[in-house]
Amino acid sequence: MSLNKTLNKMPIWCLYIIGLCPFFIILYLLFNFKLGVDPLKVLEHELGQWGLKFLILTLFVTPLRSFFNINLLKYRRTLGLLAFIYISLHLSTWLFLDLQLRWDEIIKSIIKRPFITIGMLGFLLMIPLAVTSNNISIRLLGRRWKILHKLVYIVIFAGALHYLLLVKSWPLEPIIYMFVVLFLILLRIFKKTKILSNFK
Amino acid sequence: MYINKYREKDITSEKIFLNRRQLFALAGGFGAFALMPGKSFAINKDTRKSNTFEEITNYNNFYEFGVGKSDPAKYAERLTTEPWSIAIDGLVDNPGIYKIDEITNDMPIEKRIYRFRCVEGWSMVIPWNGFQLSHLLNKVGVKDQAKYVSFETLYRPEEMYMQKTKILKWPYKEGLRLDEAMHPLTILATGVYDKPLPKQNGAPIRLVVPWKYGFKSIKSIVRISLVENEPQSSWNMQNKREYGFYSNVNPNVDHPRWSQASERYIGKNIGGGLGGLFAERHDTSMFNGYDEVSGLYKDMDLSIFF
Repeated sequence: MSLNKTLNKMPIWCLYIIGLCPFFIILYLLFNFKLGVDPLKVLEHELGQWGLKFLILTLFVTPLRSFFNINLLKYRRTLGLLAFIYISLHLSTWLFLDLQLRWDEIIKSIIKRPFITIGMLGFLLMIPLAVTSNNISIRLLGRRWKILHKLVYIVIFAGALHYLLLVKSWPLEPIIYMFVVLFLILLRIFKKTKILSNFK
Repeated sequence: MYINKYREKDITSEKIFLNRRQLFALAGGFGAFALMPGKSFAINKDTRKSNTFEEITNYNNFYEFGVGKSDPAKYAERLTTEPWSIAIDGLVDNPGIYKIDEITNDMPIEKRIYRFRCVEGWSMVIPWNGFQLSHLLNKVGVKDQAKYVSFETLYRPEEMYMQKTKILKWPYKEGLRLDEAMHPLTILATGVYDKPLPKQNGAPIRLVVPWKYGFKSIKSIVRISLVENEPQSSWNMQNKREYGFYSNVNPNVDHPRWSQASERYIGKNIGGGLGGLFAERHDTSMFNGYDEVSGLYKDMDLSIFF
């Protein structure tokens, strides 16, 4: 299909540059004092949210192919790695700039506060995924690679839940993220159970 | 006066600032926080400057105008604050609906520079203008049976658009025990930086209780009721486990979702470069540093009455 040919023309490094644009924009705003009164919170929040956005984008790749015949498989690994970059930056911001390596408070927070426990769990589960996001690992792990990478569903759910549990009251944004994540996960469950097999 | 924790004569130690500047220059910050024109003061061993007017008026939690910190600055303009009156009712000798001028005209307006600690873990320093709530309560006459004071924010969904949603129970309500309300630190603020209170900060009149988390300091008040029983408060109704009635600043009682042991001072006067990005985190003080209120809670277990 020619659409897919055109879509797949873009080299991977281009996607890295596009994907890191939000980060550079945030840095630009930061250095120009345009992140508001509390730039740290904005930085922390934006990095986390972009991480979640890229995670969600990886989940769009398969349904786009199944339902609309748009093949972006080539870019999925990059989207996942971009998510990992953003979430690592998000976590570093929290550890170094927000909590400033007050380890007693950090450890207590991870143990006691569900939204941090869940966020941390999501991050830890991402590490093996990021480490094995290369051709050598796929070859070495064989079928186990596919099983290992199913972890991504837990990671994404953890990410959306982390956001939802963090906020006071019920603002719209984290609810929308959770809704999209649940939709994309349910889509796969339905497909597995053949409910949607007619649509293929 | 003993009431102002921050005194204008206590000038910030230049040495402390220099040390901090050097430290954070290393951390990658510019180390170039402008020494803003303004007043300096000290609290205990700590030194701290007032946040700028710009910061105080662009970083607000006023959920009637949105949940984002910059939303109130954008949307509070819609609020009509003239005419304004406050119903004072319940267990008082002279109940009635008072025009704002009737209330403020014969009150001695003072400047109070208070630390403002949000339950979210950040804090500012704000030079309020206002008068002691006790003066007003004495003027209307509090009956003996009254044990608590209840406050209510304006309910006007046409202007406060978030009141059309159910994120909180509207109108916003808060309450104090009578002795807390009568404490000389407790004020009704009508201004900040010698200017009339901006709408996003709770115009035309708001409560300020500096030893409690910020959400207790209810904005745009239209009702003050003297009552016998502990009144309802909005955040407590929304989540009892997370927001107690007292909500005193207390580093030993954590909010279930975040630690209250420390706080981030925010604003560019704090130093650290890049608008405070590298500013140091500080230990939170009991009662936000206002030790003179500890007598109010002498025989209470503050982990139960949090």
